[in-house]
Amino acid sequence: MSELTLTVMRLGFLAVLWLFVIVAVQVIRSDLFGTRVTQRGSRREAARPQQTGRQQTRQQAAPPPQRGQQGGGGRRGRNAPTKLVVTEGTLTGTTVALQGQTITLGRAHDSTIVLDDDYASSRHARIYPDRDGQWIIEDLGSTNGTYLDRSRLTTPTPIPLGAPIRIGKTAIELRK
Amino acid sequence: MSSTTNSPTHHTSTIGAIGAPSRRNTELALLVFAVAIPVFAYANVGLAIDGQVPAGLLSYGLGLGLLAGVAHLVVRKFAPYADPLLLPLATLLNGLGLVCIWRLDQSKLLQQIHVAGGKATNQLIYTAMGIALFVAVLIFLKDHRTLQRYTYISMVAALFLLLLPLVPGLGADVYGAKIWISIGSFTIQPGEFAKIVLAVFFAGYLMVKRDALALASRRFMGMYLPRGRDLGPILVVWAISILILVFETDLGTSLLFFGMFVIMLYVATERTSWIVFGLLMSVAGAIGVASFEPHIKVRVQAWLDPMREYTLSRTPGVPGIHSDQLQQALWAFGSGGTLGTGWGQGHSELIRFAANSDFILATFGEELGLAGVMAILLIYGLIVERGVRTALAARDPFGKLLAIGLSGAFALQVFVVAGGVMGLIPLTGMTMPFLAYGGSSVIANWALIGVLIRISDTARRPAPAPAANPDAEMTQVVRPS
Repeated sequence: MSELTLTVMRLGFLAVLWLFVIVAVQVIRSDLFGTRVTQRGSRREAARPQQTGRQQTRQQAAPPPQRGQQGGGGRRGRNAPTKLVVTEGTLTGTTVALQGQTITLGRAHDSTIVLDDDYASSRHARIYPDRDGQWIIEDLGSTNGTYLDRSRLTTPTPIPLGAPIRIGKTAIELRK
Repeated sequence: MSSTTNSPTHHTSTIGAIGAPSRRNTELALLVFAVAIPVFAYANVGLAIDGQVPAGLLSYGLGLGLLAGVAHLVVRKFAPYADPLLLPLATLLNGLGLVCIWRLDQSKLLQQIHVAGGKATNQLIYTAMGIALFVAVLIFLKDHRTLQRYTYISMVAALFLLLLPLVPGLGADVYGAKIWISIGSFTIQPGEFAKIVLAVFFAGYLMVKRDALALASRRFMGMYLPRGRDLGPILVVWAISILILVFETDLGTSLLFFGMFVIMLYVATERTSWIVFGLLMSVAGAIGVASFEPHIKVRVQAWLDPMREYTLSRTPGVPGIHSDQLQQALWAFGSGGTLGTGWGQGHSELIRFAANSDFILATFGEELGLAGVMAILLIYGLIVERGVRTALAARDPFGKLLAIGLSGAFALQVFVVAGGVMGLIPLTGMTMPFLAYGGSSVIANWALIGVLIRISDTARRPAPAPAANPDAEMTQVVRPS
């Protein structure tokens, strides 16, 4: 066996051994962070931790309609929203990061955003991502209704970026 | 799990790793990798020594692959949510150990002194037995919590196993350390099995007693001092480990036994003071015993000055047993350098006795160099990390303590052996888990991995879905298109 071949094998073996270690660490990485985190930069999608791979492939198919809607909103270009901001009412300035979780709004104490607002119902509305990663607002049968822009919601409706959602005296919007 | 997370009645921002997929395919892919690496190494050894691909390559590769495949299928069937890394990591170490043992079998010098020769085949059989025990653990141990019932039986069994080598006629004195028993032509190291049984006992015991040990304490200089009577258990374990040190003259078993207890005590009570006490007690014990026990004394001297031992072993007419092993091992590490000499091109036969068991790491050090040994130590580290991670994720305190105890024992064993061979601590009679030649070690460690996989399966299994979920599924309103 020539010296060269053996040297190549020697270094090759070490490389393969370390490659294994690196692959193993990569497997651990997903465990350390607990859940799958979608890369925002590359995919232009909000982080959606609970989604499994199968749904993410569906998610990839989704962007075109989403872009269309956001284009209709006309404010933020192509990017998906990453936070929810309260713009009017007692909670003005509050932000909630959108991480794939359902956000509930209302006066009930277990709501994600507890509204201190006499015109809000205890379980007023919820905001959740659908399977394509589009954020949807749904009125939960509130007394005074939920308004997106100027129209009262009757069905779950996708939220364009920057469109004000009004609940009683409170207004919130999704931002990039 | 994923479709149920958007339940409308809960806000689900706290969902963590529980919903992770089973990751069995990840395990399979890594397993293929873990079998391919030793096969590569095997071919490399043959090419380096004989200039041709060894004849046994196919059968060896198939053998290891078959064992790994069986283990994987059993995990898939009986522990579908188990940690995906434990099995591939252990398989890789076992495979590399087999290659290294086979490589030492090729050495003429080692064959002459009957240290090597046909050992790789034996090791493959031991591996098969180890995998068989692994499979048995997974099939018959449906829930690790059943082990909790056997807390005190485990204590008796562990003491029995630890004391077995002292039984006259049964115990065998192998190069000074009395940690072996011989039945017919077989020799067994009961301490390897004792560590698993002991972990069960400690976990069961500490789970019940930890509140008393943690809460009843006084604060002194930033440390919680336990009450005098709470020192009882640690003193008893310490005394037993000292007795092991005195009568079996093996520092490794003693250290493993006591260290595991201290680790589990710390985890159970969250009191740093136990670690301080443990370290003080083990240091005091080791120094005390080393001052009068001749075998330990020799080991300590060889550790402090290996070169002197080397010279004495070469000088005729010097009384006492002197071994040049440690110095040879250190030279092996040194001659390996950063990248090593390459498989089959070192001179580890110079270590002579125990070259393929206690000192196998020196061969890795010489032929794979620092880079290789670091990778191997990292793989051990990853196994321990997975064990600790399993403990973190486990939902029941018994499982937590058991997983910590087993991975702590594994880590201690690696530390004790690697430290001994590298001259960091005095040499002991223990062997590198999975790498070293020896039936007891391989079989016991596969059982250990089996228990860890069982616990990790329970820990990572998604929590049973709340009853409201089917309704939640119904109310997922169709989005307007």
